[in-house]
Amino acid sequence: MIVDINFVGLIIASIMASAVPLILASCGELITERSGVLNLGVEGMMIIGAISGFALMTVTGSLIIAIFGAMLAGVLISTIFAFLTQTLITNHVATGLALTIFGIGISAMIGKNFVGIPGKEFPVLFEGLKDTIPLLGPILFGHSIVFYFAFALPFITSYFLKKTKIGLIVRAVGDSPESASNQGINVRLVRYACILYGGAMSGLAGAYLSMIYTPQWIENMTGGRGWIALALVVFSTWNPIKILIGAMIFGGLTIIQFHMQAIGVRIPVQFLTALPYIVTIIVLVVISRDSRKIRLSTPSSLGKSFHKDN
Amino acid sequence: MHKFLIRSFVSSLVLLFTLTVAAVAKDVKAAFVYIGPTGDHGWTYQHDVGRKAVEAAGFKTTYVEGVPESADAERVLRQLANSGHDIIFTTSFGYMNPTNKVAKEFPNVKFEHATGYKREHANVSTYAARFYEGRTILGTIAGTMTKSNVIGYVASFPIPEVIRGINSFTLAAQKVNPNIKTKIVWAFTWYDPGKEAEAAKALIDQGADVIAQHTDSTAIVQMAEKAGVYAFGQASDMDKFAPKAVLTSVENNWGPYYVDRVKAVANGTWNQKDTWHGIGDGMVVISDLDSQMPADLRSKVKKLQADLASGKVHSFTGPIYDQKGNLMVAEGKTADDGMLAGMMTYVKGVEGDIPK
Repeated sequence: MIVDINFVGLIIASIMASAVPLILASCGELITERSGVLNLGVEGMMIIGAISGFALMTVTGSLIIAIFGAMLAGVLISTIFAFLTQTLITNHVATGLALTIFGIGISAMIGKNFVGIPGKEFPVLFEGLKDTIPLLGPILFGHSIVFYFAFALPFITSYFLKKTKIGLIVRAVGDSPESASNQGINVRLVRYACILYGGAMSGLAGAYLSMIYTPQWIENMTGGRGWIALALVVFSTWNPIKILIGAMIFGGLTIIQFHMQAIGVRIPVQFLTALPYIVTIIVLVVISRDSRKIRLSTPSSLGKSFHKDN
Repeated sequence: MHKFLIRSFVSSLVLLFTLTVAAVAKDVKAAFVYIGPTGDHGWTYQHDVGRKAVEAAGFKTTYVEGVPESADAERVLRQLANSGHDIIFTTSFGYMNPTNKVAKEFPNVKFEHATGYKREHANVSTYAARFYEGRTILGTIAGTMTKSNVIGYVASFPIPEVIRGINSFTLAAQKVNPNIKTKIVWAFTWYDPGKEAEAAKALIDQGADVIAQHTDSTAIVQMAEKAGVYAFGQASDMDKFAPKAVLTSVENNWGPYYVDRVKAVANGTWNQKDTWHGIGDGMVVISDLDSQMPADLRSKVKKLQADLASGKVHSFTGPIYDQKGNLMVAEGKTADDGMLAGMMTYVKGVEGDIPK
């Protein structure tokens, strides 16, 4: 194998590109969960984002409308979830699962007319700077705007939760909705907002898949990435920076196992295929084993419905 | 009494009318059972294109998509057989046992099972396509067009169909370019665009400048387009997804066979058979050859295509050796269908082991 420094740069860039949808959806779900709501509908919201983005791009021809439309579609479908769980006080787990099944079904229905249509090229930034710096060039430059946003998001999320007043309110609502309510915080409003934000990020993650990563629409194209995003949130113990690490490990191992196959490393392929799942869980469990910190960052009222009049 | 008579007269009239209409409209109804969604733009999509051809020929059709290869398949088949379908196409390997089991219960319904080998009852036929013939053409093109002499191959699952394709491709590529190396990456999926794109990217990063695929989505040809390397379309013509990368595609063309078989039911000439059609019968179609290919290569490919169609050339003509150097097919001989159907060893020149 040629150990060329630019080759390493190329691999790292592919790993980062594959981590983008996971980071986006996980960071969105993290905010939702931090407010005490468990939304298992990430996969469904993601696939709705994927078809909406692709359909809008095909119909309107505008990438901007498509990207924002996909986020809006994520918001709309998560509104259903918010209404059911917050206003009608349904069970979070059951409603979330229903949302996923609904999303997959309705995306297939809308998508019937969009199968077999090629996507459009999505513009990339700083393409010309790619070859200026060895190793870092391909890593830093020549990506879409969504890519840069995804890598800024964990830091923004971390800052938001730790340093801003609204972040504090979100955490308060997730830890003890009763106390927050007694302080005059509108728990239901905060949770609505957090659910819709999670929907927007999942929608964006889906649009990234159908418009930028593999520009096409086919049914079920999210391929379970929503579930991996959900798992990342839990195994990162609700820490956005660890989500970034987890997504990179997961994406990294998926890609590196293909490279190992191509080089001809004699390890059973089935084992290599399972590797990303196993290692990501092990690493995240190991780096988050401080039980005091886990208790601090776990939203204590996660998944529990809140009735204002209790 | 009077009322009763009128009522029974009217109802028997209605019944008679219904029966007459039913008898007049006794068209042949065909049903299709799909493993995936029709929106996969791959395997199931192409079967559905075939179904539409049957519809266009004037027959009524029904389809059920996303049917798991389990007891569910039996239930679906029984339901279709019970609801007046005369011929049922089951389009995935895993439907083999359910098809035969339900066929026994409905001797008057014809069953057509794709890619299987069991015909336990007189009303079951099997059919498949010789896609490996298409891969002989792709291998010839890949071996000629590569500059790095590294060809990437994204494979799905280690089954005879896929191994046969890899072998056929590699043999053809070696014939025109003895220096080539086929690097194989197993994606362990039939379609997951993200994963397929990642597999293709890994091969491209490792120096492959032509990518072949045995998975279904268009993600691989798109990745090839982005990276500026060549690729081949799978199942349908994928040229519009990657106009610069796609040199040609191997298309699955089930329509003519489906129309033929449904017509046979209508004429009462349907008989049990085992069909394995290739380029010659039009079940395997080679899309337009890209103009980036030199003219002499294009004419060579056209000739090869004609020779494969006429049977003058066989994809597996000896001498063929396996990886260890054991003779698989002797000089001057060709592999028989039994050997092809159960092919689970790589030919010499393919790198790596088949995943167990």
